[in-house]
Amino acid sequence: MSKPIVATTSLAGCFGCHMSFLDIDERILDLIELVEFNKSPIDDIKTFTKKCDIGIIEGGCCNSENVHVLQEFRKNCKTLVVIGECAIMGGLPALRNNVAPISECLEEAYLNCVSVQANDEKIIPNDDELPMILDKVYPCHEVVKIDYFIPGCAPRADLIWNALVALVTGNEMELPYEVIKYD
Amino acid sequence: MSKITVTINGKAYLTEPDKTILQVATENKIYIPTLCFLEGIKAQGSCRICTCMVNGKMMTACTTPVNDGMEVVTNTEELEKLRSKIVELLFAEGNHFCPSCERSGNCELQALAYRYKIMVPEFDYIYPARDVDAIHPKLIIDHNRCILCKRCIRRKKEPENPTWFVFENRGNKVKINFDKEHTADMDDEMAQKAMDTCPVGAIIHKEKGYDVPIGRRKYDKNPIGSDIEGKE
Repeated sequence: MSKPIVATTSLAGCFGCHMSFLDIDERILDLIELVEFNKSPIDDIKTFTKKCDIGIIEGGCCNSENVHVLQEFRKNCKTLVVIGECAIMGGLPALRNNVAPISECLEEAYLNCVSVQANDEKIIPNDDELPMILDKVYPCHEVVKIDYFIPGCAPRADLIWNALVALVTGNEMELPYEVIKYD
Repeated sequence: MSKITVTINGKAYLTEPDKTILQVATENKIYIPTLCFLEGIKAQGSCRICTCMVNGKMMTACTTPVNDGMEVVTNTEELEKLRSKIVELLFAEGNHFCPSCERSGNCELQALAYRYKIMVPEFDYIYPARDVDAIHPKLIIDHNRCILCKRCIRRKKEPENPTWFVFENRGNKVKINFDKEHTADMDDEMAQKAMDTCPVGAIIHKEKGYDVPIGRRKYDKNPIGSDIEGKE
């Protein structure tokens, strides 16, 4: 029997959830026995080379590239699991959602902020090569259908491990009180 | 005083008539979740988290007085779902960024969400535009986190215990504000007391925070209500 194939990505996140994922310590050896990785920062495969069973997503959508990657994941993965507060509710990037329109945020960042130096030409980056910033940061489930949600900032390694093992083996997931945390 | 009998979840309890359902339940180690209720202040029953079936009707346990022969059910699947949806609505309605909140781990709203194992709210987030008011020397009001439970306002109005907060505006613009006269000469102890009346992180004591490490905070190990249920 072939192993289930897993893909992971980090959208508008800090890679903290991936770090927490690696916190499963020596169980990573079991993980290699259990699954095969495809597109993921862990093995550095940049694009999907085959259909995957499980897609693990960290971070919400703050620009057009995030939306594109998320839609690619939905197309190529049977089951999508989002991990972490950023993917579930926008997280810290979404702090800009209720503050000001995006134009004001960019002006503050590139023109008006006291720490801005050496931008005499008053340039706000706007190249075709750059992903377009969205008007606000969107949680993943407001962009595509998501199957499972793993909360935390970052989710406890045990929670990610239990969820993944439950998904791969088809067993019910253990959810002790201590592992569900929003911080 | 004559005793009365109240049935809670099929079990009869002998009690006095001048008590609320919540008091009788708590005395008998039955946990009914609460949010806008705080021991020592007048109950108002606005958050509806403590809704129970009373003689077949939905009533708030914190405001309904018991009477003889009353039948109360506190924990049907329907009630638990109702409570969990109220919590989800509160999360979708405000800007509750738990990872950056000083109250995280000691927050009653968050603790209820943990108790109901809410992974994600069913409702879309509103991300309302709200301010942070940090003009007071001892306190910060973060309107993003305020759930308008009115606990800070409903504190008993006594000379030694004056009102510190007031509501301003009406309808969906309503928000809490300082009572500038009574909070003018606030000390650290009073500021801490004000912070403790808030169930969430809307009232924050300045120059203090994150002083209890993760793992040792109030709701890290035991769900909210486990002290009442007696299963620590």
